[in-house]
Amino acid sequence: MTRPIEKVLEVRDLQVKLSTSTGPLHAVRGISFDVAMGETVCIVGESGCGKSITALSVMGLLPKKAEVQAEALRFDSQDLLKLNERQLSNLRGDKLAMIFQEPMTALNPVYTIGDQLTEPLLRHRRISKREAYSLAERILEKVGISGAARRMQQFPHQLSGGLRQRIVIAMALICEPKLVIADEPTTALDVTIQAQILHLMKDLQREFGMGMLFITHDLGLVSRIADRVLVMYAGQIVESGSVAEIFDRPSHPYTKGLMQCLPSGVRAQPGARLGSIPGIVPNLVGGIKGCGFAGRCPAVREACRSAEIALRAVAGTQASRCILPPEEVAKLWTEAVGLEIEQ
Amino acid sequence: MLAYVLKRLGLGILVMLAVSTIVFTLTNVAADPARTIAGEGATAADVEAARIAYGFDRPIPVRYAEWLANVAQGDLGTSYRQRRPVADVVAERLPVTLALGLAAFALALALSLPLGLLAGLRENTWVDRLALVFALVGQAMPTFWFALLGMVIFVVKLGWLPASGSDTWRHFVLPSVVLAYYATPTLMRLTRAGVIEVMKSDYIRTARAKGLRPGKVVLKHAMRNAILPLVSVAAVQLGFMLGGSIVVETIFAMRGLGYLAWESITFSDLPVIQAVVLLIAGIYVLLTLGADILNAWLDPRLRMG
Amino acid sequence: MTHLQVNLSENRMRRQKVLRRALSHRSFVIGFVGVGIVLLLAILAPLVTWHDPYAQSIIDRRLPPIWYGWFWDDPLATWNHPLGTDQLGRDYWSRLVYGGRISLFIGLTATLVSGLIGTTLGILAGYFGGRTDMVISFLITTRLTMPVILVALATVALFNSSLMVVTLVLGLLLWDRFAVVTRSATMQVRSMEYVTAAKSIGSSTPRILLTEILPNIAAPLIVIATIEMATAILYEAALSFLGLGVQPPLPSWGLVLAQAKDDIFFAPWMITLPGIALFVLLLSINLLGDGVRDLTSPEGR
Repeated sequence: MTRPIEKVLEVRDLQVKLSTSTGPLHAVRGISFDVAMGETVCIVGESGCGKSITALSVMGLLPKKAEVQAEALRFDSQDLLKLNERQLSNLRGDKLAMIFQEPMTALNPVYTIGDQLTEPLLRHRRISKREAYSLAERILEKVGISGAARRMQQFPHQLSGGLRQRIVIAMALICEPKLVIADEPTTALDVTIQAQILHLMKDLQREFGMGMLFITHDLGLVSRIADRVLVMYAGQIVESGSVAEIFDRPSHPYTKGLMQCLPSGVRAQPGARLGSIPGIVPNLVGGIKGCGFAGRCPAVREACRSAEIALRAVAGTQASRCILPPEEVAKLWTEAVGLEIEQ
Repeated sequence: MLAYVLKRLGLGILVMLAVSTIVFTLTNVAADPARTIAGEGATAADVEAARIAYGFDRPIPVRYAEWLANVAQGDLGTSYRQRRPVADVVAERLPVTLALGLAAFALALALSLPLGLLAGLRENTWVDRLALVFALVGQAMPTFWFALLGMVIFVVKLGWLPASGSDTWRHFVLPSVVLAYYATPTLMRLTRAGVIEVMKSDYIRTARAKGLRPGKVVLKHAMRNAILPLVSVAAVQLGFMLGGSIVVETIFAMRGLGYLAWESITFSDLPVIQAVVLLIAGIYVLLTLGADILNAWLDPRLRMG
Repeated sequence: MTHLQVNLSENRMRRQKVLRRALSHRSFVIGFVGVGIVLLLAILAPLVTWHDPYAQSIIDRRLPPIWYGWFWDDPLATWNHPLGTDQLGRDYWSRLVYGGRISLFIGLTATLVSGLIGTTLGILAGYFGGRTDMVISFLITTRLTMPVILVALATVALFNSSLMVVTLVLGLLLWDRFAVVTRSATMQVRSMEYVTAAKSIGSSTPRILLTEILPNIAAPLIVIATIEMATAILYEAALSFLGLGVQPPLPSWGLVLAQAKDDIFFAPWMITLPGIALFVLLLSINLLGDGVRDLTSPEGR
């Protein structure tokens, strides 16, 4: 595979602080990554690790009270942090699009599909309503919806979850964005539909040549869709690398643990049993000391608890935030020490 | 949809039958119409004569059936006091009440929708607090007292508005404001709650992710959903303004239905009282039905039924 | 035994927690204090007043309240009549304090009556459903269709209005909200496990309704009770104001206001003071209700 070079998104040392009722929450603690045109980058992590916050901060959709800082947050060579709300909204839905998790609630129940689908076009392109509708019909066919003209007249509640998610995807792609951020786009769907949607997204990405930031908690999906993988834990990237590198040789105990939780490396069959790593994600309110995973790590050392662990290169493009040598990480969990398999 | 409307109308007629039974029975048990007709200072013999002449010696169910049969044919009876057909008396008073109710309702909506929207969008800011205080004061302010205060300030002290009557639009200003302020708190708090709820929803985030301008996100995507729960309550409020303006109309001596009702009550003019109650009940039935139809139009999910 | 003690202290801790939360809820505290003050004044009326609220005095008519002495050096304003006197020379402070008794009596009694009716109907409709629910729902719709003030006015007036009649009529009219809320709350609770459990051990239906259902829908009922109490007080005042409610010489605030109406030009305090009394009481009850609702709502806990 030839690696595309043109960077569409560049994130350097992104920090996001939220204020919660229990205190300030340092939700994203200095993460850096790039997305190139035509590339799919996956962010993997459990819920609460900061992956959705990362996505929303790129979109500029975090609540006003959230504090977003970064050394660089560049999209299409524009500094997103320097743009005002109006300039940001000019990008959103046009060159920068997002697909959301819940197809059942992501569409407004009181407007027709056609109305909602043409909104980005009417907002960002100088075209007539009629032209917008015919373009919208075409994109509906592209996302595999037949009888587009009839679907355009329907309301969200008249469609199945799979259809709705296709519409949400069509809505994100209708202005041919350079970057699509997909936040768990298939989580709410059943497994067969999930596979279809993934396939569709991969195809569309190839066709449009856009960059994709794919966010999921499901490592199984990652192997099917990603070029590169970022594993996030407690607001930090704990491991990054190409799909092959990460899956062949996970070099952070957390990645290894996640991998071990998959029934057979890749989650395929419906109703497959999922394991889980014992312990809970540390509370980020008020900040944490040392490695965030120390509390759940089977090979925790004294050094892990005292100081922050830096992200260090392992081999090739792979990097990991662990002091253990990769060979030792490889040995972890294999005897299934304390790894409980839950439903 | 048509079947639904017909079913609702049928139920409405049943309900109105029940209302009319209750009102007819109550009024006839409570007051002695023969005494009213015989007039003040009548002797016991006069009253007895009137009782027999008008058939009040017959049992209430019989008289009710007769009254109902007449009402069904459009004959609401004759006013004891004015000695004219009740229908004429009522029809004469309807326009003032309609004008007052609609003006007050429009004013209440014009106040509560923007205020509720603003308070909801700026939750827990000073705007929100101010709106809450405004609502709390409105809820605790007795209508008749507010009317009197308004009179003291705008009529007595400033002399801007006429004190009583219903001849010009200026007569309607103060009563409409008073009546509107009564309904505003409920509508405002509902709008606020609706906006807060809706602004958290996923489709608002979707709308923003499309790059829509804040104004469009709020007015197109949020507002229509936020006012859904408001519609039926607003209908009830309008019904209340059309039927419950009795206090306001009496204070300002406006020649509307409410004032008519008050006069009829003090004179025990039973046919008029019955007619007014029935009319207001009918308005209520139609308004709630209208609210349901409006809701179905606003929310496609309800259309499937 | 120790188990019981643990439970007790746990209970106490929970009660303390609830108390602490209640005390930090601003509108609850304000409402509670407001209602408390009116209630205390009403109960202690003979102790906090020094004039008979009915005693007329021709030479003491329309005396101004005490602050007329402070600001305008009005020599007629004295502490003997701190709030002045009315058009018959009756002490305004005494009349307002005794008027509070009437408002509270009507509010509490009417709410009790309407609460009994509404809760009974609501529980029956919600628990049994089916035809019972249909009939009761029809009753509720009928009641909602009747214009309350008008029907109340007509009935009260035609029955020769008195305090008792006003109270009863309001009680018999204002049960709809109780019924609606109880009905839907009961429907939610009906299928809960503890109800099924009670059924399976053979508890009788009345027992289930009283010991399993009622305690679990108490919170919304308290909120409704505050709303209805405010409504009853407001309606009584309106009825009396229109001259068709409580009859003179009783010092109902609405009646006092109506009598002061003719003096609107010369003695504005006479309409201001009873209005403020009514306003403060209604505001306090509403705040109390809002507070209870916030404190008992699932998100609030």
